[in-house]
Amino acid sequence: MSGVQAPQQERETVGPAQPVGLWRTVGALLRKELLVELRTLESVPGMSLFALSTFVVFHFALNRGSVEGDLGAGILWVTLLFAAILGINRLFVADADQGGFDAFLLAPVNRTAMLVAKALTLLGFLLVLELVAVPAFAVLLLGPPLGPALPGLLETLALGDLGVAVIGTLVAAMAVQTRARDLLGPLLALPLLVPIVIGGARASSPLLVQAHRAAPAARWLLTLGLYDLVFGLIAYALFDFLLED
Amino acid sequence: MAALQVEGLARHFGERTVLRDVSLSLADGHTLVVFGPNGAGKTTLLRVLASLLRPHAGSVRVLGSSLPRDAWAVRGRVGLLGHEPLLYRELTARENLRFHARLHGIGDERVSELLESVAMHARANEPLRTLSRGMVQRVAIARAVLHEPELLLLDEPNSNLDPAAVELVAPLIGAASQRTRVICSHDPTGGLAQADLVLGLRAGRPALLRAAAEVDAEEIAELYR
Repeated sequence: MSGVQAPQQERETVGPAQPVGLWRTVGALLRKELLVELRTLESVPGMSLFALSTFVVFHFALNRGSVEGDLGAGILWVTLLFAAILGINRLFVADADQGGFDAFLLAPVNRTAMLVAKALTLLGFLLVLELVAVPAFAVLLLGPPLGPALPGLLETLALGDLGVAVIGTLVAAMAVQTRARDLLGPLLALPLLVPIVIGGARASSPLLVQAHRAAPAARWLLTLGLYDLVFGLIAYALFDFLLED
Repeated sequence: MAALQVEGLARHFGERTVLRDVSLSLADGHTLVVFGPNGAGKTTLLRVLASLLRPHAGSVRVLGSSLPRDAWAVRGRVGLLGHEPLLYRELTARENLRFHARLHGIGDERVSELLESVAMHARANEPLRTLSRGMVQRVAIARAVLHEPELLLLDEPNSNLDPAAVELVAPLIGAASQRTRVICSHDPTGGLAQADLVLGLRAGRPALLRAAAEVDAEEIAELYR
């Protein structure tokens, strides 16, 4: 089977489109993410409200005036983990439902830009969540004052957030392509995020005590850092394939 | 030079074969119009040509590049207008087009120019979810041609457009655009008027492939019976 003759007036043949730089693409995606979140308020308010409600529930369910040490660290990290899951589940929904994936795939851009932009978006969501959740935790549950623990806690949270952002982005990109994405997202994310919760809670625990306060254990911080690095590399290697048909 | 060269294309979704034995060649600057009932494989064909779906058998060359191997060389040279507008509902028309312009390395002047072309400048700063379907379609057309693509893949491009809007967008996606075009259509008369080459699909297989001058509307209507 063949086509018809070429037209008399031929268009000039053009080569491949000029690729757009990685950081320019990341900037465009981040701007879009920010606008969509500001208009819909679908992720951050939900995550923050979930964390606040959970602290209130713990406050009454534990039937004690305050918590500290292992228990306090465990409550803080598990609450942050489940709140993060809400954000992870929503991360790619607008792109999948409104054709953003297709538009991105049709553009002459480095696909890693999507991984970087989404991970930075999730990282931003987590930072805002923690701006709300950590003071609320200190008011509602924490016995010892938060102030002296804050520098060490911020260090630990930053390492934890980095891992959650990378793993969350990877898992969300996998789950959003399936029909059972609301179920699959948490099912895939939880086992991968458990080591971060363990590392984060162990590293934070010595900070959240009244007496004999100590710095976060270096080995747990190192564990978190290595875990972040390993998953960063895995995400970098896999992400292109997740976007492909 | 052939803008499209397809040989023995097949595509499955799970057990279901959506396209098979599709072969065609379309010269640069020409228009292929694809007819066929719902589920005939028209949209799948467009998505394969856009490099969004991999062919499962056969060979596909688009603008001289073999898919899926050289898909990177096709990106940015194809404009796709599908059933979905590929626009974010919460963003305004201008924000959506600016976002796409940045993905293609294009300046904001082109965005303003296109908003004027599709007569959306007055409503350019309203979220897309507040616009009518026809207006969204006009913005989607602006999005599809934003980067001056060499090949336009248009899935029922005039759906939701009133006659005035159809005239309005004709310079962008009509014959006057002088682009190579693949158009999916259900309108035998209107589709034939635009076509150089006609492909009729039935259950994923080519039932008709001829130069438009050799096809009459009745043959196309037969595809739907």
